Amino acid sequence: MSTLRQSFLLLVFLAIQFTSPKAHAATQLQGAGATFPAPLYQRWIAEFTKSTPDIQINYQAVGSGAGIKQFTQNLVAFGASDAAMKDDEIAAVKQGVELIPATAGSIVLAYNLPGVENLKLSREAYVGIFLGKIKKWNDPAIAKANEGVKLPGTAITVCERSDGSGTTFVFTKHLSIISPEFKDQVGEGTSVTWPTGVAGKGNDGVTALIKQTPGAIGYIEYGYAVHNKIPFAALQNKSGAFVTATTASGEATLATTQFPPNLLRAWPSDPDGKEVYPIATFTWLLLYKKYDNAPVGETVKKFVNFGLTDGQKFAEELGYIPLPKEVVEKCLEALKSVQ
Amino acid sequence: MKKSRRRSDFFLVITWVASIAAVATLLWIVESIITPAIPAIQKTGLSFFTSTVWDVNRDRYGAVPFLVGTALSSTIALLLALPLGVFIALFLSENFLPLPIRQTIRFVVELLAAIPSVVYGLWGIAVVIPIVRQFGGLLSDNLGFIPLFEGPATGNSTLTASLVLALMVLPTITAISRTALVSVPLTLREGSYAVGATRWETIFRVLLPTAAPGIVAATILAFGRAMGETMAVAMLIGNSPRLSWSLLSPGGTLAGLLANQFGEAHGLQVSALMYAALALVLLTLFVNMAGEAVLRRAQKSIAGVR
Repeated sequence: MSTLRQSFLLLVFLAIQFTSPKAHAATQLQGAGATFPAPLYQRWIAEFTKSTPDIQINYQAVGSGAGIKQFTQNLVAFGASDAAMKDDEIAAVKQGVELIPATAGSIVLAYNLPGVENLKLSREAYVGIFLGKIKKWNDPAIAKANEGVKLPGTAITVCERSDGSGTTFVFTKHLSIISPEFKDQVGEGTSVTWPTGVAGKGNDGVTALIKQTPGAIGYIEYGYAVHNKIPFAALQNKSGAFVTATTASGEATLATTQFPPNLLRAWPSDPDGKEVYPIATFTWLLLYKKYDNAPVGETVKKFVNFGLTDGQKFAEELGYIPLPKEVVEKCLEALKSVQ
Repeated sequence: MKKSRRRSDFFLVITWVASIAAVATLLWIVESIITPAIPAIQKTGLSFFTSTVWDVNRDRYGAVPFLVGTALSSTIALLLALPLGVFIALFLSENFLPLPIRQTIRFVVELLAAIPSVVYGLWGIAVVIPIVRQFGGLLSDNLGFIPLFEGPATGNSTLTASLVLALMVLPTITAISRTALVSVPLTLREGSYAVGATRWETIFRVLLPTAAPGIVAATILAFGRAMGETMAVAMLIGNSPRLSWSLLSPGGTLAGLLANQFGEAHGLQVSALMYAALALVLLTLFVNMAGEAVLRRAQKSIAGVR
């Protein structure tokens, strides 16, 4: 009997330990959402909390869709999404939503063709590949843009995402704009039914598929291709130039973005210009317009402010595109309206 | 005396609570699948089981590609694992080798069941995919006229998933078949020898038929495991939502579909995935019930032999 009493006392003790308010009032922020910008957000958190030890921020990379869900259900202080939020999703949040572009990235077509470097893909070629119409690497449509390159007769294995994804959304949006046939047959969305290929989960899953499969080509975020040292193709843009994804060509793309008034949501879907890379996208932080808990709101604002200003300098080394100055200014303006 | 009586009452309550909790949990799980599935059931109805198009983008949900993928990958896995497993079980239940060696082999085979699914997936990526890629092209070039071997061959394919699944269900088949073979009454074996049958005649005419119910049970359990296997299959099968009868092209299974799409699903897609989960549950239930029926009939006919 005495052991029972002891264990009961222990339980009570533990319960008190875990439920009592901490002596020092630390502010804890929970964030959840997109996996793509997660490494950058983690870095921001580490740098930001260095100077503010009484603030704890926890970001969970659960995916854009799950991030929006948790944000809508008020489970987090901020969300994050690669596909921003749709109008009906915004309408479902009663405190109001402020979309803040936080960083950006290019989507590259990474490939696995031993011996072939500096591959160039015309618009006709990459649309054809993802529609499953171009099946071999030595197809004339590919060869035309790659004079002097010895292309093998290997079959093309298209690699795509098996899960819903902001990356798929942006890539299919681009393909739908440049090809009516693609729009008709596949369409744009976070999860589409590709006419051909194998699918892996997440950017890392697709990256692994490309690395394993000779003759593979797939769409992944620029950072993943760079970190995994996978070659990626120079793509033909609207003005006809072949452009490789770099920080500079991505910045040029972002600079072409026209935001609608009062909402920082837009995609540079098919930018025009000699130096712009055709496929780049912002990724968004989702904030409430009005926070019920004022200290939480203040802390979120401070953190996002840090990310938009000092935080941008970490973007390039982690494979992201720093936001153009004009966009940062617009974001800071929008951040002011958050209460 | 009184104390021990009280204790036995206490244990009775615990056993009751435990069994009811298990049954209640099962019902709870089924209920929590059905409720969110209702919108998709209302919208797609039976076309869910006849449509071959799974297009999230246009809110069209047909599960046929995944039903076919699940059935195809599990069946091929069983076709490969069943003969192998039964032969291993025979080998382990006969005295071809000294007992310590047989015990070691048995232990190793059963250890296959302890390997985590994700490790099988990694092994599949490292070993099976390159092999399938190498020989798949050969198969499709020579036997491509058969729909099962239609090209083009890819590494991530139904065949790859089936091969790894076969290995994963091998210990289940071996262990249960071995137990069934060992428990065949000695008198039957002796009777067979007494009428002049050789060892192999005894094995094929007496031992295997007598142990058949156990082997059928093993097959059913293995089939259930193969259909529900998620991680390794999702890593290997290529996760394609397109209907394909070819073993050499990418496919998809119900379990893999759920694992891949659930995290980022929204709206009707969530409901359709729940509908798919329900289909998976019903499918496994059906297989188990069919197996149970076969098992009972087999036992009845064996009872006559005994």
